[in-house]
Amino acid sequence: MIEEQEIIEIKKEELVEKVTALEAKGYRLVQIHCTTLDTLIVDYTFEEYDTMKFLNYRIEIPRKDPQLPSITSIYFAAFTYENELHDLFGIKIDGNLLDFGGTFYRIEVKQPFNPEQTDQEK
Amino acid sequence: MGKRTVIPFGPHHPVLPEPIHLDLVLEDEKVVEAIPNIGFIHRGLELLCERKTFDQMVLVAERICGICSLVHGVGYAQGVEEVMKLEIPSRAKFLRAFWSELSKVHSHLLWLGLAADAIGYESLFMHCWRVRELVLDIFEETTGGRIVFDATKVGGCRRDIDNNTMKRLMKQLDVVEEEFKKISDVFIEDYTVMHRWVDVGVLTTEQAKSLGACGPVLRASGVAKDMRMLKYGAYGQLDFEPITHNGCDCYARGVVRVNEIYQAFDIMRQCASKMPDGEVEVKVKGFPTGEFFSRVEQPRGEVVYYVKGNGTKHLDRFRVRTPTFANVPPLVQMLAGCDLADVPAIVLCIDPCISCTER
Repeated sequence: MIEEQEIIEIKKEELVEKVTALEAKGYRLVQIHCTTLDTLIVDYTFEEYDTMKFLNYRIEIPRKDPQLPSITSIYFAAFTYENELHDLFGIKIDGNLLDFGGTFYRIEVKQPFNPEQTDQEK
Repeated sequence: MGKRTVIPFGPHHPVLPEPIHLDLVLEDEKVVEAIPNIGFIHRGLELLCERKTFDQMVLVAERICGICSLVHGVGYAQGVEEVMKLEIPSRAKFLRAFWSELSKVHSHLLWLGLAADAIGYESLFMHCWRVRELVLDIFEETTGGRIVFDATKVGGCRRDIDNNTMKRLMKQLDVVEEEFKKISDVFIEDYTVMHRWVDVGVLTTEQAKSLGACGPVLRASGVAKDMRMLKYGAYGQLDFEPITHNGCDCYARGVVRVNEIYQAFDIMRQCASKMPDGEVEVKVKGFPTGEFFSRVEQPRGEVVYYVKGNGTKHLDRFRVRTPTFANVPPLVQMLAGCDLADVPAIVLCIDPCISCTER
């Protein structure tokens, strides 16, 4: 094992509070991504700057009308990931400070990684 | 306050090898805000894991980018190997490290050439790429490819480099290093280069940290962060320290890359001297079950591979976060307040790779 990878499941209502606490401890945002299973699994990955300790918060949300709060007020760099979550998975992000309104990715198929959502929109 | 004007920059521009669009909001000649826009070449490679098997996906990963192809393969294969708890042979780890460092030389020489061209040094551009051709010759001899290498596989490497060939390659690398020495000082000492780069595109240490910069962009802001310090693969047996610079500007990013090329030569020599004999691959049995975030250092910075297996030959998820994607928010910060004439140099200084970014 190259490194221990701690994955903690949280509720979306806890996200902003937990991420704020991590930012105060000096963690950096590594990435955000989503996995489509029966539900949408959204991973927020962080790393403690000096020790390189890995920490991942995981939130499970339904594929129908998925919504998440933005963390761009804590980590502005999250705007790219949050626009990606919207454009590829159809997740509505509340409060993204740099919201491209669905034009971050110029793709022909809307929300290709969450076809159920696409079908509903049709 | 001057009149505000919005100037579109890209997606097609002489300094952009690949398409990215920026809306530059100007007051007179000063950029007050830059709004990035990507998505012109989104290929949906991540979705291919639904059709390709987990071992075939190495080939997809290596095709994400034509410059850091090899490290994409290493990052992906390492992720699957962690999920499957595969211990690959030590020789394969050293081969991967050798090729990864060779990729760094290749990538940085490419960037130095483009950067030289962007500030009017056309012959320097040609010299950088002339030296880079020597590096590509080594790639071609050892992997069979000059752009996409296909040298990595889940469980090890597809090819080996025999010891006699490695000794000869070390002599070739001496020649490459000597050729590079003839041009590298221009990037460090030349008056005009310094005039174009010093105090241009400033990203302070705090900004670099808070905006999630990575790779040479982060290290040129004085932060000694390098994913190789995780000691993955053979890096735990190699001596090196992250190259940093406190300049926080375009010049510092150039100097970091120049010094990283010299460091890569040193690491490749260490790889050759420490490489053990033995096999270069292990047999892979079964299918991946579980998940892993594989973090490796590319020439442009940290790349994150997430792989999630479900016990079948197809992965549930294959996700790539590339260094350029992480360096877009820092780029927006660097552009705010700069002169319009400096925009090309600043955009180039993050070494943008849009094919990687959009996958």
